[in-house]
Amino acid sequence: MTTAMAPGRSTLPYIVLGAIALAIAWGLHASGLATDILRYNKDIVYLTKQHLVLVAISGSLAIVFGIAVGIWLSRPWMARWSDGVIQAVNMVTSIPTLGKLALMMSLLGIGPLPAIVGLWIATLLPIIRNTYEGIRAVPAHMVDAARGMGMSSNEILKRVELPNALFVIFAGVRTAMAVNVGTAPIAFLIGGGGLGELIFTGIDLQEHGMMLAGAIPTALLAVAVDFLFGQAQYWLVPRGVNPLRNF
Amino acid sequence: MIRLQGLSRRYSTARGTVTAVDDVTLEVTDGETCVLLGPSGCGKTTTLRMINRLVLPSSGKIFIAGRDTDGVDPVELRRGIGYVIQQIGLFPNMTVAENIGVVPRLLGWSTARSRRRAEELLALLALEPAQFLDRYPNELSGGQAQRIGVARALAVDPPVLLMDEPFAALDPINREVIQDEFLRMQQTLRKTILFVSHDIDEAVKMADRIAIFRAGKLAQFGPPDELLARPADDFVASFVGRDRTLKRLRLILVREVMVPAADGEGASGPCVSADDDLRRVASLFLEHDVETIRCVDDTGRAIGHVSRAAVAARLGSELVG
Repeated sequence: MTTAMAPGRSTLPYIVLGAIALAIAWGLHASGLATDILRYNKDIVYLTKQHLVLVAISGSLAIVFGIAVGIWLSRPWMARWSDGVIQAVNMVTSIPTLGKLALMMSLLGIGPLPAIVGLWIATLLPIIRNTYEGIRAVPAHMVDAARGMGMSSNEILKRVELPNALFVIFAGVRTAMAVNVGTAPIAFLIGGGGLGELIFTGIDLQEHGMMLAGAIPTALLAVAVDFLFGQAQYWLVPRGVNPLRNF
Repeated sequence: MIRLQGLSRRYSTARGTVTAVDDVTLEVTDGETCVLLGPSGCGKTTTLRMINRLVLPSSGKIFIAGRDTDGVDPVELRRGIGYVIQQIGLFPNMTVAENIGVVPRLLGWSTARSRRRAEELLALLALEPAQFLDRYPNELSGGQAQRIGVARALAVDPPVLLMDEPFAALDPINREVIQDEFLRMQQTLRKTILFVSHDIDEAVKMADRIAIFRAGKLAQFGPPDELLARPADDFVASFVGRDRTLKRLRLILVREVMVPAADGEGASGPCVSADDDLRRVASLFLEHDVETIRCVDDTGRAIGHVSRAAVAARLGSELVG
C-alpha cells in the first residue's frame, strides 16, 4: 500500500535541501555575492568538467574493483586470508585522504593521475568491506538450500548471495562516493585540477565570491551523486530484501 | 529405491577422529516414507546430506534407483532430488513464484511454464495462487513459508524428497495441520521420502518405517509399530518412551479390532467411528469405565463394538500395520 509513498519519503530530504538551497541563493542574491560568484562563470563550467572526470573515473573504477575484490575475498578458498586482508583494508582506510594524496604525489608525481589513484584508493575500501561483509551476512542455511537444490557456486553467487548482499553493497558505494566527491577538491593541491582550484585560491585571496564559486558546485555535486545512488539503491535492490521498500 | 551400503562419515578434529555416521546400511523402497530418528548429534542429518552429496561419505555407497551416486555430477543429482530444510531457506530476494521456479529455471523451463507449475503446487498446498504467487518471503507466516518450501522441493516432481526436520520450527498447532496435509498429499504423490526428525510422535505419525540412530549407528530399523512393540535395546526403548503403548494406539484403527454388530445391540453409551484410531477408544474407556464401546457409521447406526479385551489382545499379541 505504501509503495507509492516510499519514494516520497526517500526524496523528502532532497526537497528540504532544495528549499534550503533556494533560501541561500536568495540570500546570496540579496547580499550581492551572487554577482561576484557569477563572474567566474567560465571557470566554473571548465573546472566542473575536470572535477566530474576525476570523480567519474576514480569512482567507477573503485566500484568495479571494489565489488570484484569483495566477492573474491568472500569465496571459501579465501577464508584463511580474507580476515587479514580486511584488517589491512581497515588500516589503509584510517589514513586520512589528504595523506593518501600526498603519498600518491610522492609516488606518481603531480597531475590528474596521482589524484585519480588517490581518490580511487579512498573510494575502493568501503566498497570492498561492504561487499565482503554483505555476502558473508547471507545466512548459511540459505546457501545450503541453494546448493541442495542443485545450484552451482556461480549460480549461488549470482542469484542468492549478491542479490541478498546488494543493499549493503549499495550502502558501501554511497559512503564511498560521498568520500570521493567530498575529497575531490583536495586533488587541486597535487595538481589534479577541479573545483578545488576556485575554493583554495579563493581562501588564499580572501575572495568569498571565488571560494563560493567552487564550494557551491561541489556541494551540489555531492547532493546530486548521493541522490543518484540513493535512487539506484531504491530501484535496483529486490523488494524482498530492500528495507527502504518494505511497507 | 534408495540403498545405503556400509555408509560412514568420519571427521578429523583436534581431539582425533570422530565418526559421525558409522557403517549404516538400509534400504528405502519406492513410495515409502522413512524417518531418520534420533537425538541431536546422532548422525541422522549427516546421513541425509550424504544422499544429495552435500556431505561426502568417507566410505560406503549410496544407490538411487540402482545408480551409484558417486558417479553422478552432484549438481545434476541435486536437481533431481527435492530438498527441504528446517530453516526453510526461501530466498528473500525472490517472490514465491520465483522461489518455486528455482529448479525449473535451472533446468531451462520457460517462465510461463514454471509459473503454471507454481500455481498448481500452491493449490495443492491449499494456498490461494493469486494471493501468494507475487508475495515475498517476508510477507509470509511461518506455516505458509514452510508450505512454499515444500512446494519448491516438489517443483520438478522429483521421485525422491529429502526433508531435514522440515516442521520442527513451527508451533504445535500449525505443525499438526501441515503434517496432516503432507500425509494426504503423499497418499497421491507416493514420493520416496527420507525425513529427519528428533520427535518420536512425528516419526510415528509420518513414517512407513523408522530408522533410529544412536551415536552414528543404526540402532533399529522397522515399521513404527515394531519399534514401539519390540524395541531392540534399552536405548530404543527409552527413546520411544515408557508410554510407547499409548503411542501405538495411534497406529490402529477401530475397524481393525471391531466386532461387527449382532442384532439388537444396545443403543446407549459412548460411540466411535470405524475410521477413528484407538486413542479415542482408550480415552473413552478411561472416561466412562465401560467394557465395550459402540461403533457407529455416519448416520449414527450401530455397526459393531470394541471391547477392552480385543484392544488388549491386539496390543499384546501381534504387530499392527
